[in-house]
Amino acid sequence: MSERASVPKEEADEQETESEDAAPVTTGAQSVVRALENAGTEYVFGVQGGAIMPVYDALYDSDINHVTMAHEQGASHAADAYGIVTGDPGVCFATSGPGATNLVTGIADANMDSDPMIALTGQVSKEMVGNDAFQETDTVGITQPVTKESYFASSPDTVGDNVSEAFALADEGRQGPTLVDLPKDVTQGETDIEPKAAATPDTYEVQEEADDEAVQEAADAFAAADRPVILAGGGVIKANASAALRELATEYEVPVVTTMPGIGSFPEDHELSLEWAGMHGTGYANLAITNTDCLLAIGTRFDDRLTGGVDSFAPDADVIHVDIDPAEISKNIYADYPLIGDARKVLRQLFDAMPRAPEADAWREQCQDWKDEYPMEYEMPDDEPLKPQYVVETFSDLTPDDTIVCTGVGQHQMWASQFWEFTKPRTWVSSHGLGTMGYGVPAAIGAKLAAPDQEVVCFDGDGSFLMTVQGISVAVRENLDITYVILNNEAVGMVRQWQDGFYEGRRMASEYPWIPAFDKLAEAFGARGFRLEAEEDVEETIQAARDYDGPSVIDAHIDPGENVFPMVPSGGDNGLFALQEDHLEML
Amino acid sequence: MPGPAPDERIRPEGRRNTQGIRVDPEAEVTHEPRQAVLSALVKHRPGVLSEVSGLFSRRQFNIESLTVGPTSEEDTARMTILIEEPEPGIEQAKKQLQKLVPVVSVSELEPEAVRRELALVKVGGEKPDDVNAVAEMYDGQAVDASTDSVTVEITGSKQKIDAAVEAFRQFDVQEIVRTGAAALERGPNTLDKDD
Repeated sequence: MSERASVPKEEADEQETESEDAAPVTTGAQSVVRALENAGTEYVFGVQGGAIMPVYDALYDSDINHVTMAHEQGASHAADAYGIVTGDPGVCFATSGPGATNLVTGIADANMDSDPMIALTGQVSKEMVGNDAFQETDTVGITQPVTKESYFASSPDTVGDNVSEAFALADEGRQGPTLVDLPKDVTQGETDIEPKAAATPDTYEVQEEADDEAVQEAADAFAAADRPVILAGGGVIKANASAALRELATEYEVPVVTTMPGIGSFPEDHELSLEWAGMHGTGYANLAITNTDCLLAIGTRFDDRLTGGVDSFAPDADVIHVDIDPAEISKNIYADYPLIGDARKVLRQLFDAMPRAPEADAWREQCQDWKDEYPMEYEMPDDEPLKPQYVVETFSDLTPDDTIVCTGVGQHQMWASQFWEFTKPRTWVSSHGLGTMGYGVPAAIGAKLAAPDQEVVCFDGDGSFLMTVQGISVAVRENLDITYVILNNEAVGMVRQWQDGFYEGRRMASEYPWIPAFDKLAEAFGARGFRLEAEEDVEETIQAARDYDGPSVIDAHIDPGENVFPMVPSGGDNGLFALQEDHLEML
Repeated sequence: MPGPAPDERIRPEGRRNTQGIRVDPEAEVTHEPRQAVLSALVKHRPGVLSEVSGLFSRRQFNIESLTVGPTSEEDTARMTILIEEPEPGIEQAKKQLQKLVPVVSVSELEPEAVRRELALVKVGGEKPDDVNAVAEMYDGQAVDASTDSVTVEITGSKQKIDAAVEAFRQFDVQEIVRTGAAALERGPNTLDKDD
């Protein structure tokens, strides 16, 4: 593993200025790499290939570290996770055709979660474009709907500018993925033009601060509320607004609910925290959201996994919606008080504009009562197989606060988010909007390289893990100290849970009794493997895996009968969450 | 898990409609679809049309017509987009459009904006004088004639062109091509100045 990852920002800046003395660019590919260097890129995740070779060749002379991934999908997820943890765009490379299409899942994932990322794809030479040449696909056409912008680089003289602009665009305003498609003749072509500094195009405008008058109106409405709730989304983390959020919530004593991507934006051990709301959120968060009369929603796009049916979402509430993207305002939930701007700045504006604290003693008591009534608990009878919640909880208790938790997608993801106690932003790395199975293995690699001094654990499911298992080879090669925990129930458990709940138990294609012995598979890759079956071995196994210096995989065989609760059925009413199977029948 | 079952919990009185708008419990209020004319200035470069049309299709906006052409500025094109959507959908379409990187500005034109579309109608050539007479009724003119066919050009509002096309049906219509609407605001205001 390179030491550059731990280079402090100031030193990185110095290195940037050093690069001004670097040899002048002579090709389009060198211009691409120079643009990345200028933007402060430390890591690139990618896979070599014919059309991208000129760029790799230019990378040979650069200080940028390249991490060869085992699959391009992994490259995009690793870059995505890198972006989540550092806040700066993660970079991924792929060649044309299949390389580029393999990146698409990760690009779409980053797009849904507004993660900063830039993808650079090789392309056949310009004169071949449109002729169905070997390994040609219309990458710009394929990725346009899932990026902030996709560029087709047309000249060696401007390709560096394309990359600079894509970089700036991925980072500014509402973050997201951008792509630059690089025809081989463009990267091979001669140029002596240095790329311009990263800047967004002049048509791209970002409003940083909300209108003062609108802020005052919103603050007055919030202060007058009897049952106020703050709903903190992923945008709070993206805007580095966690401290501002905590200040506002604690000063005015308002309960805080987060969305799932907002996990970590507010410490879950704080008395005002109600943790997260939505389909598998806590009962108390969902009851608070349902019964609030004024909802201050920050940096959330009101995804349906959060809202349930919109008709029953916060039905009594005036909604104050803070978002950097005007198009999010009143898209899914009508905003009575829209505040467009950067979450950190607008929270500061709101803090200053509040005429007084809401008189909400009774409401806070009510929220506390709900916390007591509907605690996040699970049953652990002596003779039962291992409970996944117990594995997560035990791991959480053993690790420092800044441990980064990555996941795949499925039941294990919900248990990880429910039973891990998150207290810091950028410690929760997961695929939310797109719900990409297979996200975990490569994401953990990106997260570890982004924060080499922090512990990284990845909870995965057996189905999800199998989808990107080849990434373990990368973790081994880079000697990344990551602990993978597979909550193995020999099924795609979330599907099976829905089949049992809503399809009369017809378990079509959801049971995986043929999965490999993951501990042995890990050993075959050169990682450390552990098999975990009994409750009494949980702590010891976790400690052994943590102590191992390198990637380790714990294959935890959990109770296959365990399901995720609370649960709000799709499109349902958040206030009517099910706490057990037979509640589902009541809804 | 402990705690009351779903039907025993505190329930608020309120409700929202399908558009996410909070409604009076007694009254269902939803916005009915209306037609809107959006005029967008965009960077004149390859792929813009696909970016805009892709946006409309993937967001399921109900698009009536879309026309595009250059403006007096060399690097700028103007799109006129007619959509039919409930009010929130129109607002959303504007914002999503504005969000696209190559889009310079978007505005909704007043209903009284100047709106024109063009149709070319090719009919059988047996009765050229009769065809000409009908064309004149709609301020149109024959732009091509052969022994077997006459092609007529009509310009005007959608309603006028609908009516003209209907009138031409008596002459064995062989082909019709119609553009979508192109529109400009009345009076001295221009999109560029609005910015």
